[in-house]
Amino acid sequence: MSIFIDKKTRVLVQGITGRDGSFHAKQMIEYGTQVVGGVTPGKGGQKFEGKVPIFNTVAEAVKATQADATVIYVPPPFAADAMMEAADAGIPFIVCITEGVPVLDMTRVYPFVTEKGSRLLGPNCPGLISPGKSKIGIIPGRICTPGPIGLVSRSGTLTYEVVYQMTRAKLGQTTCVGIGGDPINGTNFIDCLAAFEKDPDTKAVVMIGEIGGTDEQEAARFVSQKMSKPVVGFIAGQTAPPGRRMGHAGAIISGSTGTAAEKMQAFEENGIAVAKRPIDVVELLKHATR
Amino acid sequence: MNIHEYQAKEIFRKNGIPIPPGDVASTAEEAEAIARKFGGTVVVKAQVHAGGRGKAGGVKLAKTPAEAKSVAGDILKLRIKDLPVTKVLVTPAADIASEAYVGIIIDRASKRAVFMVSPAGGIDIEEVAAKTPEKILRHAVDPRYGLQAYEAMQLAFFLYPDVKQARPAAKILQQLYKAFSRSGASLAEINPLVTTPSGDVLALDAKMVIDDNEIDRRPDMAALRDESSEDPSEVDARNANLTFIKLDGNVGCVVNGAGLAMATMDLVKYYGGDPANFLDIGGSSNPEKVVSALRIITADPNVKAILFNIFGGITRTDDVANGIVTATRDNPLKVPLVIRLTGTNEEIALEILKKAGMSAMTDMDEAVKKAVELATGGRGKAA
Repeated sequence: MSIFIDKKTRVLVQGITGRDGSFHAKQMIEYGTQVVGGVTPGKGGQKFEGKVPIFNTVAEAVKATQADATVIYVPPPFAADAMMEAADAGIPFIVCITEGVPVLDMTRVYPFVTEKGSRLLGPNCPGLISPGKSKIGIIPGRICTPGPIGLVSRSGTLTYEVVYQMTRAKLGQTTCVGIGGDPINGTNFIDCLAAFEKDPDTKAVVMIGEIGGTDEQEAARFVSQKMSKPVVGFIAGQTAPPGRRMGHAGAIISGSTGTAAEKMQAFEENGIAVAKRPIDVVELLKHATR
Repeated sequence: MNIHEYQAKEIFRKNGIPIPPGDVASTAEEAEAIARKFGGTVVVKAQVHAGGRGKAGGVKLAKTPAEAKSVAGDILKLRIKDLPVTKVLVTPAADIASEAYVGIIIDRASKRAVFMVSPAGGIDIEEVAAKTPEKILRHAVDPRYGLQAYEAMQLAFFLYPDVKQARPAAKILQQLYKAFSRSGASLAEINPLVTTPSGDVLALDAKMVIDDNEIDRRPDMAALRDESSEDPSEVDARNANLTFIKLDGNVGCVVNGAGLAMATMDLVKYYGGDPANFLDIGGSSNPEKVVSALRIITADPNVKAILFNIFGGITRTDDVANGIVTATRDNPLKVPLVIRLTGTNEEIALEILKKAGMSAMTDMDEAVKKAVELATGGRGKAA
């Protein structure tokens, strides 16, 4: 089993003819993801790579393909509209890769998508992968391998680093989810932890957080109250200065809240094993799954 | 992006918020002329992107134009939190009967813009929140409807029991919300909002932060950027499309991805070193970015060793290798370089480096340890 996606997930690509969209659509198809259609206004009727049908609107695409997931690669000024279009077309799972979506746009998108009953992952995220089954987004397939560990992270390349170390140590993954580095996003740590707790194949979970906000602290409380499976945590940004945006829009210590120390303490207090270095995740996982 | 008080006040005024007049000076003589124009006592305020201006000596009263000249001269020589003061705002001093705080921030928990108001104004709102949380009233705004009049009145009555002041304050709150949402802000703040002895309600200070993600589609906001009040290396990095934050350490870091960049800095510290910077070269790695990154990092005389940590996903490690070779051929490095790269096209990258007489490591911990050793001359603690 895996969470959110599996072999049967039928995926649309919004922005399939763009630079990033076309590159990653090919990568997803190569990995085995069922890419059933693409959306680029004005290119409806054409085919991507000679086989994937392109539509002008998401509604048309859903009608023709029965897609149940979509991934968005459109530029930041259009990303809010793309997310709302997907939700309005009834797509239950929306993944937005785009980085740079204005936060005021997200204050409108989040309630809209939620009220339509869709799950949003991102924006500004690498997507997710259920190794050997399907991937949506940009996580490189070759660094992952199937196995019993669930992973959820706010980061992209740091996730790759940790997954790669896990794979080298033969600790395979059920699903790796990147929830993104923006201050307002859809799916959060708790949503993923709850899904991993329910998934019978997931035996332990890795949670990779960073400075900014209080999501990790709330997730830590969830772990101690609602989870039976062991959780290993890592927090990036112990050396980050306050008040500065560390790349990710959401990675900022405001005043004295959102520090790495505060989050690591919350992890420890709630029974989450804290890795001091990314590589330590591996040993802690071995210990937790022994 | 931070903007200056005088710029935020201009935006607030355009949205109807009552603010006493004021003019900006970049020399002591200009400040004197402005003080003469207003007559009476003026306040001279440093325009700088840093909190705690008052404590740092950046806000002074001046009773005469001559005094305004003298205090402006002093303030313009200051560096506050390491930033130079290049402008001062000169504004008539107001008689104050009471000070309140009003602000809007993006609240991550409710995923909305949230008002915070407090009758305890004029001081650090975080301190108020920590010590006397009952003195703060919060209200999350539904983005579909904005701040309704009755909601603004509820907030205003929390500040002023007298309707004569609550009514104009409510109007200011609605105007502030308009200024906030129209400008693409992530923070808008009036601290203090004051009442005068005659009962007027006025905004004496203004602070605004514009969401960096809005800048591309908002040329009016982009025009407010004041590069003279930023660190020059950060301006250079932004123009090269790099995310760079200068720190005080001696290990220069070049990394792809924000999370990995932070984790790399942390690991430098773990092994007994200190990171000189945060630098994310981003996902698509053209060799030009690497060249810019090295130029910016080597401009810092504190840097004693440079560490590349690249995990190739979208980033092609051969692109990064080409960038390193080009940059070091054109400008040979005076400090040692440690390269760690793994992932996409790793074999090609290693070959490129080998041909140029360089080598790379594939393990992150080993590379960080080595860089720290080189930067500290082996004095870094072996953790």
